[in-house]
Amino acid sequence: MVAYIVRRSVMLIPILLLISLVSFAIIELPPGDWVTYQIENLRASGIELNEDEAERLVKMYGFDQPAWKRYVRWMRGILFKFNFGWSFQWGKTVNELLGERLPLTLVISISALIVSWIIAIPIGIYSATHQYSVLDYIFTFFGFLGLTIPTFLLAMVLAWYIFKLTEFAPLGLFSIEYMDEPMSMEKFIDMLKHLVLPLIIIGLNGTGALIRVMRGNLLDELKKQYVITARAKGVNEMQLLFKYPVRMSMNPVISTIGWILPGIFSGEVLVSLVLGLQTTGPLLLRAVLAQDMFLAGSIVMILSVLTVIGTLLSDILLAALDPRIRYSAAAAR
Amino acid sequence: MSDTGRGDLLLEVRNLQVHFYLFEGVVQAVNDVSFDVHRGRTLGIIGESGSGKSVSAQSVMGIVPSPPAKQLAGEIRLHRATPDGGIETVDLGRLDPRGQEYRDVRGGEIGMIFQEPMTSFSPLHTVGDQIGEAILLHIPDSTPQSARERTVDLLRRVGIPRPDRAVDAYPHELSGGMRQRAMIAMALSCDPALLIADEPTTALDVTIEAQILELIQELQDDLNMAIIYISHDLAVVGGVADEVMVMYLGLVMEHADAETIFDEPLHPYTRALWQSIPKIDGPLEQLVPISGNIPNPFAVHKGCPFYARCTERIQGVCDESPPPVLEPRQGHTVRCFLYADDVDLASNGATGD
Repeated sequence: MVAYIVRRSVMLIPILLLISLVSFAIIELPPGDWVTYQIENLRASGIELNEDEAERLVKMYGFDQPAWKRYVRWMRGILFKFNFGWSFQWGKTVNELLGERLPLTLVISISALIVSWIIAIPIGIYSATHQYSVLDYIFTFFGFLGLTIPTFLLAMVLAWYIFKLTEFAPLGLFSIEYMDEPMSMEKFIDMLKHLVLPLIIIGLNGTGALIRVMRGNLLDELKKQYVITARAKGVNEMQLLFKYPVRMSMNPVISTIGWILPGIFSGEVLVSLVLGLQTTGPLLLRAVLAQDMFLAGSIVMILSVLTVIGTLLSDILLAALDPRIRYSAAAAR
Repeated sequence: MSDTGRGDLLLEVRNLQVHFYLFEGVVQAVNDVSFDVHRGRTLGIIGESGSGKSVSAQSVMGIVPSPPAKQLAGEIRLHRATPDGGIETVDLGRLDPRGQEYRDVRGGEIGMIFQEPMTSFSPLHTVGDQIGEAILLHIPDSTPQSARERTVDLLRRVGIPRPDRAVDAYPHELSGGMRQRAMIAMALSCDPALLIADEPTTALDVTIEAQILELIQELQDDLNMAIIYISHDLAVVGGVADEVMVMYLGLVMEHADAETIFDEPLHPYTRALWQSIPKIDGPLEQLVPISGNIPNPFAVHKGCPFYARCTERIQGVCDESPPPVLEPRQGHTVRCFLYADDVDLASNGATGD
């Protein structure tokens, strides 16, 4: 098992290198860079820059050097100083920017994830064991609703309704009166009130999908011979259900942890935009729009790295849970 | 089970009727099936796919999926031994299949071996865990430690090499034959009075099949256990069964002791079956397949369900009303008009009495 983890981790190194190259390339690909974007902006607002000044800007930010040099400089910063570079747009380091936004992002994403698991897994199990019952149809109906309604639409409609009914605007993280206040009990409660809506929206969306996955997996497993064998031993139905088919049907859910990890980091871009939440999602969007290359590149790279690490975590978890995977891995070694 | 001798009545199934209510229609999987099972003896059930042989056995176990299946009629009386040495009778058909009482019978009084050794065990749990589970459920005062010891003993008894290591093996680490042996160990783990074997060797190759059959018979002699052996393989049933029941579309067509039914089959369907298998010791003969196909399972038959394929059918009789169950000889029943008193038998070459 330890050898398996070590082997998989070593295999990550070339993949990570490739990811960093691709992230950098994506940023470099579109024509123009941050400086030309700035010069255009200044021109558009009527300020004419002379050639010298433009060149000075280019030199200052190192855009006169070849791309591979900029890449090496960037990577050196990340690897040795954990410094992801400078955001031109915000005038801050990328580390600072992410540090400001990550806590909120993580709180929203992780609690939405927990909410959706707590709701979806029991419902999925119930739906599968009571297939075509009235409740199954009701859950299926709402599951599909949750799955198909775009989150940004739900966010807009619900935010408007809540404002209409209660005069409370569930936008941003704090109400205006608390915006510049120091943290207090009232401000904290105000924040929680603002968090309820995004949690429900993001959570419901994941819940719909997870109910379908859980129900489908479990239905497949319930028909399997080993379930009948266990029943033929006289095992109590509840014990049987959780010991055998539910455990088996969790495998595909566990294998999706690899995609959940980057999702936690980026947050729901659209929901955050609509509800004005300062998570990392809108940050990435604005960075890409403005060709704020180090910020955008860093976020893209962190997301990719998290995907790779998440996949590794999934594989390790699966190997721990499923002896067949464990043994085939040992055989491959 | 001290004072219960060989040949004592263990299980009586009477007029069992199980239908499946599917979206496409009703499948009359089992229609009026009756049989007895005696301690220490083997009842073979022969039939093609869809004949209702497995559903009959699953009904005894109480593991027919319901819905869509429903037991409409019939009794399944089990004469079980009580701890004080007496015999009590329970009608399994009336028990809640998920209730405590039925669960005590299932895996305790009655063990079952299935067709697919590859999928019969959960791949996530060790063989020992899954066999031990049955022991912990049914053997009073057992502990995980004693269950493990008993499991190792059982694995040794069914001929698995190095049982003390096999107990911790996962199912995928065992070969098909070994897995079926482990399956037998599981079915026998609580000394059942009745073992139901539902095509236990169908998925195995012929040499392994012979070993498994031999093992089952050995264990039967040791434990004085009754066996219901289900198969579509006539030769296998002929080798293991004391009495044989031939089923077709949910009906028992013929029922007699093994020797009689193979030597002097009465029902045209049984005779057709016998003609469709090669004989090793006899002269070379042309094999005669049964013409036609098994009818659509949703079809409802006014007369005999075998009418369309029967070579000895009597038009206007067999297709008009359901054939009666007759007993032309002591202990030999057949569901066919050919043996009714008012039908001339001589022209059909049958040996009635």
